[in-house]
Amino acid sequence: MEPPILQVRNLTKKFGNVTSVNGVSFDIADGEILGLLGANGAGKTTVINMVLGIITPTGGHIEVFGKELMANRIEVLRSMNFCSTYTQLPGNLRVWQNLKVFGQIYRVPDLKTRIDEVLEMLEISHLKERVSGELSAGEGTRLNLCKALLNRPRLLLLDEPTASLDPDIADKVRKVVKRIRDEEGTTILYTSHNMRDVEEVCDRVVFMHKGKVLFTGTSKEILHHFEEKSLEDVFIRVARSGDIESNRERKEGGS
Amino acid sequence: MSFYTIKALVLRYLYLYTRTPVRIVELIFWPLVHLLVWGYLTRFLQQNVGDDFPHEITFLIGAVILWDILFRAQQGVAIFFLEDVWSRNLLNIFAAPVTNADYLGSTYAVGMMRAGVTSVMLGGLSALLYSFNVFQLSWALIPFVFNLLIFGWALGMISTALIVRWGPAAETLAWAVPFFIQPFAAVYYPVDYLPTALQWVAKLLPCSYVFEGMRDVLKDGVVNWAELGIATGLNVVYLAAAGVLFVRVMNTAREKGLLTKFASQ
Repeated sequence: MEPPILQVRNLTKKFGNVTSVNGVSFDIADGEILGLLGANGAGKTTVINMVLGIITPTGGHIEVFGKELMANRIEVLRSMNFCSTYTQLPGNLRVWQNLKVFGQIYRVPDLKTRIDEVLEMLEISHLKERVSGELSAGEGTRLNLCKALLNRPRLLLLDEPTASLDPDIADKVRKVVKRIRDEEGTTILYTSHNMRDVEEVCDRVVFMHKGKVLFTGTSKEILHHFEEKSLEDVFIRVARSGDIESNRERKEGGS
Repeated sequence: MSFYTIKALVLRYLYLYTRTPVRIVELIFWPLVHLLVWGYLTRFLQQNVGDDFPHEITFLIGAVILWDILFRAQQGVAIFFLEDVWSRNLLNIFAAPVTNADYLGSTYAVGMMRAGVTSVMLGGLSALLYSFNVFQLSWALIPFVFNLLIFGWALGMISTALIVRWGPAAETLAWAVPFFIQPFAAVYYPVDYLPTALQWVAKLLPCSYVFEGMRDVLKDGVVNWAELGIATGLNVVYLAAAGVLFVRVMNTAREKGLLTKFASQ
């Protein structure tokens, strides 16, 4: 059996007295798209930032490509990349200038050709000479994705990539994400609180609530487990009534 | 430390400056204002105070040029970090394969370039307008510049570490830190004119030996290499201490999630 691309074990993060992530564990297999689903404050972005080494865990263990993250961070990061709705590329630089800088940081071979490839993949070749700060939100997100794809990452972390996008652009982004996995075999960790993202894009989902993992499985398994008709119903129920145990208690009490 | 990564980070800075001419104005405008003010003050003193007034009054112009080297080196480090904060690019950089050494190396390079641009401009203009030739400092100019660059880098790292630790509200430290030490650095007057207690403070600052040394060279044409040795020794200590502070603060920032807070400002 192939070792997982990303292995997270008992990951915990405390900021003072607040526990943002509490004993989270999951694996991602090679070529899999795993969704981290949860409401605001569930701990999704904190998990992503710990996997990137931007936040140091309070406890637990992260292995990427079979290597302990913090001991091999720079080596591991060369084969990873990330895109977040909360970051931008410098607005004063032209699109190609931003991609050239990050391409050099990630040591992308034949960079000029690769820049043209990713721009074409995201359908923004016509924006190559534009100043990044003048792009629309959707164009900016696609530029961020271009940056994230430059080094053909083995592991791609996407933090709410469709947040604040209109349905048309969000649909295009979802299609690109699936295409990246299908054509380049990229393993993807995808955080979202958008049900459609998760249903369309992810092979499996880690359902988080208040820093804990409530359930891990496919969308169908989640629906079956929570006995709801849609992920949105599950999401709303969990967000409003607490964790899985309280739901069980409610159901058992009601039956 | 990777030369390739440093080159990429410096390239980003060069793109930023060529794309935004107003930043070049910032590099030229303020140093030019200082040179004009101090240059004409020097000319006024030379012509009106009388023959007893020391010829080496031109040290005021030399002081403007050398102080600017220190200031630009410090700014290169501190503003480099703030550029990433302002453009919400900080996480992209720190989530990339960039080590602390790569990051600092690129800030040193940018600091050196900023200092190079302004000192060439100020050196040329001071020769043209006030007949002050910075090369009369001869070979001493090399250790002077070297020591000011290193101290500027150390102050830049300290400024950045404090901004990371205290958050965006402390951004003004990027400009303020050099001026905290300026009164004790003997930039425009000898150390002897400071109160005794402050003379000890001055002796702990490597740049004070440079400014004293510059006045000695202009007055007597003699370089006090022993004092420059002390300045270099102090600089090694400051640079090492600033490096340790920077790394510790970055580790604290990772523990407290400060980098992500910066990114979401």
